[in-house]
Amino acid sequence: MSRLSDANVALAKEMIAHYPRPKSALIPLLHLAQEQDGWVSNEAMAHLAELVGVTPAEVKGTCTFYEMFKLHPVGTYMINVCTNISCQLNGGEELLEHAQETLGVRAGGTTDDGLFTLEDVECIAACTEAPCIQVNYRYGLRLSHEDFDDIIAALRAGNTPDKLITANTGEPIPSHGTLGLARQHLTDEQTVNIIAPEQIHEAPVWLATSSKEN
Amino acid sequence: MTATEPQTETGVAINVDGVDITANKGELLIDAAERHGVYIPRFCYHPRMKPVGMCRMCLVEVDTGRGPGLQPSCMLPVSDGMTVLTESEVTKKAQDGVLEFLLINHPLDCPVCDKGGECPLQDQTVAYGPGESRFVEEKRHFEKPIPISDTVYLDRERCILCDRCTRFAKEVAGDPLIHFQARGNETQVNTFPDEPFSSYFSGNTVQICPVGALTAKPYRFKARPWDLTESPSTATTDAVGARITVQSSRNQVLRYLGVDSDLVNWGWLSDKERFNFEAWNSQARLTGPLLRGDELGNPSDDGDQLVSASWPRALREAASALDGVDPERIAVFGGARMSNESQYAWAKLAKSVLKTDNVDAQLGDGLDAHIVLGLPRATIDEVCAPGGTVLVVGVDPKETHGSLFLRLRHAAENDNTTIVELTPRSSGLSSYAAHNMYPAPGQLVAVVEALLAGTSLDVGGIDGPSLSSAAKALRSDQLTVVYGSGSLAEDSSVIEKALVTLADALPHATFLPALHRGNVMGALDMGLAPGLLPGRAPLGATPASWADAPAGRGLDTEQMLRRAADGGIDVAILLGCDPLTDFPDARLAEQAFNNVEHLISVDCLLNFTSTGADIVFPAAASATEAEGTFTNLEGRISPIARQVTPPGTARPDWMIAAELAAELGTDLGFIDLDELWADLASASPLHAGLTHADISNAGLDSPVLAGSSIDLPSPALVPIDGDEPGDGYQLVVTRKMYDEGTMLTFSPSLASLAAGASAAVNPDDLETASISAGSEVTLSNDIGSVTLEVVADPGVSPGTIAVEFNQPNASVAQLLDAGRIVTSVRIESAS
Amino acid sequence: MTSGDYVPHAPGYVDSPGTKIVTQRFEYEDSYTLERYEATGGYQGFKKALTRTPDECHSITRDATLLGRGGAGFPAGIKWGFCPPEVWPRYLVVNGDESEPGTYKDRLLMERDPHQLIEGCLIACYAIGLTQCFLYVRGEMAIAQQRIADALNEAYAAGHVGQNIHGSGFSVDIILHWGAGAYIVGEETALIESLEGNRGMPRLKPPFFPAAVGLYGQPTIVNNVETLSNLPWLMEHGADAYKELGSETSPGTRMFAVSGHVKRPGVYEVEQGVTTYEDLIYGEDYCQGMREGRTLKAFVPGGASAPWLFPEHVSLPLEARPVGAAGTMLGSGAIVIMDDSTDAVRACLRIVRFFARESCGKCTPCREGTSWEEKILQRILDGHGRPGDLELLLDVADNISPGPYPVAADESQGLEAVPFPPRQTTICPLGPSSVAPITSALRRFRSEFEAKIATAVVARHPEISRDLDSNAEVKA
Repeated sequence: MSRLSDANVALAKEMIAHYPRPKSALIPLLHLAQEQDGWVSNEAMAHLAELVGVTPAEVKGTCTFYEMFKLHPVGTYMINVCTNISCQLNGGEELLEHAQETLGVRAGGTTDDGLFTLEDVECIAACTEAPCIQVNYRYGLRLSHEDFDDIIAALRAGNTPDKLITANTGEPIPSHGTLGLARQHLTDEQTVNIIAPEQIHEAPVWLATSSKEN
Repeated sequence: MTATEPQTETGVAINVDGVDITANKGELLIDAAERHGVYIPRFCYHPRMKPVGMCRMCLVEVDTGRGPGLQPSCMLPVSDGMTVLTESEVTKKAQDGVLEFLLINHPLDCPVCDKGGECPLQDQTVAYGPGESRFVEEKRHFEKPIPISDTVYLDRERCILCDRCTRFAKEVAGDPLIHFQARGNETQVNTFPDEPFSSYFSGNTVQICPVGALTAKPYRFKARPWDLTESPSTATTDAVGARITVQSSRNQVLRYLGVDSDLVNWGWLSDKERFNFEAWNSQARLTGPLLRGDELGNPSDDGDQLVSASWPRALREAASALDGVDPERIAVFGGARMSNESQYAWAKLAKSVLKTDNVDAQLGDGLDAHIVLGLPRATIDEVCAPGGTVLVVGVDPKETHGSLFLRLRHAAENDNTTIVELTPRSSGLSSYAAHNMYPAPGQLVAVVEALLAGTSLDVGGIDGPSLSSAAKALRSDQLTVVYGSGSLAEDSSVIEKALVTLADALPHATFLPALHRGNVMGALDMGLAPGLLPGRAPLGATPASWADAPAGRGLDTEQMLRRAADGGIDVAILLGCDPLTDFPDARLAEQAFNNVEHLISVDCLLNFTSTGADIVFPAAASATEAEGTFTNLEGRISPIARQVTPPGTARPDWMIAAELAAELGTDLGFIDLDELWADLASASPLHAGLTHADISNAGLDSPVLAGSSIDLPSPALVPIDGDEPGDGYQLVVTRKMYDEGTMLTFSPSLASLAAGASAAVNPDDLETASISAGSEVTLSNDIGSVTLEVVADPGVSPGTIAVEFNQPNASVAQLLDAGRIVTSVRIESAS
Repeated sequence: MTSGDYVPHAPGYVDSPGTKIVTQRFEYEDSYTLERYEATGGYQGFKKALTRTPDECHSITRDATLLGRGGAGFPAGIKWGFCPPEVWPRYLVVNGDESEPGTYKDRLLMERDPHQLIEGCLIACYAIGLTQCFLYVRGEMAIAQQRIADALNEAYAAGHVGQNIHGSGFSVDIILHWGAGAYIVGEETALIESLEGNRGMPRLKPPFFPAAVGLYGQPTIVNNVETLSNLPWLMEHGADAYKELGSETSPGTRMFAVSGHVKRPGVYEVEQGVTTYEDLIYGEDYCQGMREGRTLKAFVPGGASAPWLFPEHVSLPLEARPVGAAGTMLGSGAIVIMDDSTDAVRACLRIVRFFARESCGKCTPCREGTSWEEKILQRILDGHGRPGDLELLLDVADNISPGPYPVAADESQGLEAVPFPPRQTTICPLGPSSVAPITSALRRFRSEFEAKIATAVVARHPEISRDLDSNAEVKA
């Protein structure tokens, strides 16, 4: 549980270059740290502080504001059960209770085998498909209690549950910390010129040209 | 003002609670109301920080023409025709609501809280709060006070999350080491694990905390506000002269509070300024005179220890030691820690009675008084004026002049002030400076000449492009220079010549001297320097009230020590100073004091040098135990309060001078402060016409003493003399805020903060030398050697090694020779 | 695709009759690829925009009265005009942090048609001189992030984004950014804080709207995903064609997510203003009415922050102005239907709890007040209610949102509507939003709250229960 690996430092630098100010990359970088370790350690936060040029206290201030960052180790699979209003109306709270029984942990807890962490979460934007869950941020929609158990059983067996939706059919459910399986990559030739705002003083060229034409 | 009256150019007509007032354009409503006597309650707003509108306590009903609505007055600039109701039912309901919200999770531990009695939350609650709580649930719980630094404790249960401390840390101090963590109802302020709030300015957060969440270790559980008495005063720790309130209880000083002086410190203090009064409360304070004596406590000239003696006996001994001694064989060191009045008395005793000009308040770590007093002076406000350029020469204000650093930092961060740094190594200002130049030791004059000439060649270790871009910045018609001694391993004549060169070429520039030791500027103004008389005047015209004055210029500290080492000094007087610790060339100082026949010390605490004295007079602490005045680096003169009585028979320094004069058969001409001031005002053209009453009545608008009869020498007349540099690395020795100084050593809260010295080396040099960072190295030259940990530091120029002065683990003074322009050392692994 | 069909590859989306502007490609399974996008007219609106001057593009947007789809409904063309002249650079921040309970449409647009969004960004940047765009996607939306990352890589490679696009002299960078779980970041000033790497705590506005002082202190336009997704169609078809759809003050179409107790919940793109709540809830092409044997009890008409409406209000058109005048808001287009089986206290607590959990902690009334509201409601639901709790609850609410709170008319009680928006003692509307379910539910269903408190009091004081029983006996 540690600082970023060399490969991730290279990635971090690429991400930092996408912003006019390095600190803007902080949230994506915290995700990168979480992708590496499954959670965000103090060592990782201190490393990110070095990379973006702020104090570790500032990194922790940002990190702890956001629900998704975990400051302690969590399960390989984060099971988020929505209980907000649309899901509540359609059995979300009962599904959460069922999930607690199936997994044998209360919301917020992690199973002894380290495989699952269960959370009672706020709206995850699939309200018409209530009750819904996310497993490592992949949706399971309109789930019956049996559907939930099937998902858990498939994950325990190392299979991709067919009731979870991924970006492409057959994609695996990555372990906790990995979000989208693609990243934006920009080469220096592709970007316009991402620089600090202080270094820009003039209207963009296409505006200047058009106003002259006018 | 009536509605028909035309609006002035800068005035904004608003109505507060039915009264028409004229606010300033751009002013915040909360400030405008307060200036006109309407105090709107607040917790998060602080006039020296950006408003955040968090606590919502200052909500008032405002109508700007679109109907009344609640607005936070701390975020609302006044606009013409604005109508404000600070007492309406809607306003009161909102404020009462906020107060109740703040209280539901606030512990009811006021009886054991340091803030009790001076707590805005408590005051508001008592005045307007609900009688009983409607909140029946369990309150929020956190671990009770946790230390967040060596001096500050945090009680998160009491915290109302106003963002004052965290804003201060980031916005004002630039040390964002405390931060909000978590979210919503769980939000707390905290540090990062194992990374404490080790800011030089942490104590300010305690002062601005609107509740008892932050408490200062030196004050915790010491007193209740109603037990305290207080006086307005001036901090004497450094030459900034920050304005403070001194508070005491039962004849013991318990707390300094920063006072918001627009001109000087804006309410802020460094922790050293804030907490080092602890030294005055030390059990080690001198309570009566001491003489050499035997183990039975009987005075005896060849005794090997100091024993108690009566004042008459000690005065008699001192007078007899001084009586008839050739003035050339007397040396007076120090005095920069005393009040102006005491400095005057000692200057008069030394120069008029003892007739010696061998007097120096600076201890070889300062700059030639003739140059300091000859340079056109700037004020802090002029230095920090928006849009100006500030050239910082030599000094690192963050380490030595904390509240000046905060002003400079603010100017650079907020007021578009350009800082050009010309220092021996990177400093606390480096990250705020637009140009950073660290000339090689001894090369400063060449670099200054290059800057003035606008060269594009590399000079003195600075590359041409950096020089020419800095030179461009210096071409400002709003140019000021902040200067002070830089590296103690470099002869002061290097900076002196550089300053004179700058003044000569840039006649519009003004200069702010950031010299070491509290009232050093008062000392120079009073003539505690060779060649000077009171009032920034050269030797020559003896003041009317003085019997006599030396004819020729005497010796400075280095010269006095050399003469003493050669056996040429019979009596040395130490005025609250410790040359063995402070004089950069430790070897010379030791030789000197070994060869002085009689050593007389006037001090509050024994130090390294005075432990070897023959006669010790106990002095009242000039900061808190004796009435007086202080002159800061601008020349601003402000009062020092006598808040407590001195211990035992200790008495003010000036009184000791007067009594010693009487013992020598001379009347100094004053037996109280009024008479002393009258004598001073007649002797010093600078102080003529000014009275003590003027100074105290001025409040925070203390006058600046301007003008000088000292002519600045031309650059050609300032020689750089000394031996040429040898081979190897050049040493850079700088001061830190925390060191082994006497005051710090005797202040329990600060004593452990001296971090220790290390050898800072440029990473490229380390690689070349195949030395790994973190290892032990030995620095040595023909004089001595020290062993230290080596650190890689890109802020140190290639070819130099930077070491901190007067630290607990190593004495870099062992490597210094006052006769050299620069100091060369070798570095090798200490395995 | 037949009208009324579920679209299997876009779960939740239900096709319906009428012109589709932003969901027109949802019928294609590969709608998110550049190939499909270009094959179905993609990037044509942008190319057409490039033949016009930036000012002309801005005018079209202004003339079309393209209303912001994030919740506040402010016209995008006018917002764009708030940038101070001659202050450069200016930024575009795309608000894809969709988190309002009941709401999802931006997620579908990002997952199903990322190129349409990218094209919308390009048009906005071209029109008002924005040199860098940050596409801020909600942290939990991993699939949307993945699709947008792929789409941006494709768009850069195809020369639609980057330097001197299609030789026009127009250059812009679009950067995918993602959050980490904080509802408040949907508020535009908090979004900017978050994008600067800070805690997502709202900044006070006015006097500084992001269009004047935003990201890095520079002029910044913050637009919602759906708003921007309208631009390609708008540039291609023009303002007049756009205004032919919808009503005069709310032209065009809008996506509505209808969830809760209806037969066929789903996300529908319909014309604004001319469609009513009734059409959506009961229409055969839409939700097909309440479930068997159930009746409508109440509904949330525009996201969890909106005061509730009741059966008598279903004829209101889906249009910001009349809904606001009726005492609530159209908001984010989220409609949550509650039937007569719903426990009003439980539903109210769940929404209040959401705001308490999501409060950023900056303003005292919201930080302390929303949690206090939750605690009071929780103890009422748990059977620990006390007499006076409802008055306390309303007073706590009043200290977060002072004065009469927006609420719908209730003719049965002879009560008039209080129009939107609520007043606030806080910087942003989050705290005051927590009051919406409280005042809504208490005004209409007060007896449900009182019954729970009465049961609790009886449980704690059995002697009262005996008294009641004996009274009953006497009466009998």
